[in-house]
Amino acid sequence: MRLHSFPLLPVVSVVKVQIEDFDVGEVLASVRRDHPQIGAIVSFVGLVRDMNDHQSVTTLTLEHYPEMTEKSLQAIVDQAQQRWDIMDAVVIHRVGTLKPLDQIVLVVISSAHRQAAFSACEFVMDYLKTQAPFWKKETNNESERWVEAKSSDDQAQARWQSTRQ
Amino acid sequence: MQIKVLYFARIKEAVNYSSEDVDLPETVETITALKHWLAQRGEVWANLFSGKLVVRAAINHTLVDDLATFESGDEVAFFPPVTGG
Repeated sequence: MRLHSFPLLPVVSVVKVQIEDFDVGEVLASVRRDHPQIGAIVSFVGLVRDMNDHQSVTTLTLEHYPEMTEKSLQAIVDQAQQRWDIMDAVVIHRVGTLKPLDQIVLVVISSAHRQAAFSACEFVMDYLKTQAPFWKKETNNESERWVEAKSSDDQAQARWQSTRQ
Repeated sequence: MQIKVLYFARIKEAVNYSSEDVDLPETVETITALKHWLAQRGEVWANLFSGKLVVRAAINHTLVDDLATFESGDEVAFFPPVTGG
């Protein structure tokens, strides 16, 4: 039997803001790579719901601050990579007009062991929700309204400031 | 000093444009002072910038608090709390 020895895996992070949809399977396959140091991949996909705050939703339009958005997402991913022993990180966030069932956001994290990837994935989503410059506007047949920020999202982000993992 | 100011989401809709170049008096060099200065422009501006609404700010694409200072040529953005994800 011959043992392969692999060099240390270079860490990759990919941050994209795009109008187009994304293929979760394709991203997972690219993160998986041919490398036996990866033991866990955690992914989160955010979707458009047809109800929010007791009102129906027909379309959801996402506005953003183009010069700041990717920089802000990259800073969040950098913090996660410093804080946990993770490998690759991919964040894709869509902008433009979406409808119920559409995918909005994807976060994929790989690591040697699952706990780091689970924690880092939650961390990235909690910071994205409270720091990245996106704004949602919902419409239905009667009206349109800007989505209000939730204090529960601020609390979710704040818990990372008081805990180490 | 001259800076560029950007507005997003409901703030952009309220002021009816997305960016402007402004020439500020020398005393206006913090986010707090700029909000106060903008609030003097009339009712719409006072409603947005006199403290009733939570308005976040970024200087040169980095989130900052209201005590942050900017310099001539900087880009300052105002927007509501973010709601992505």
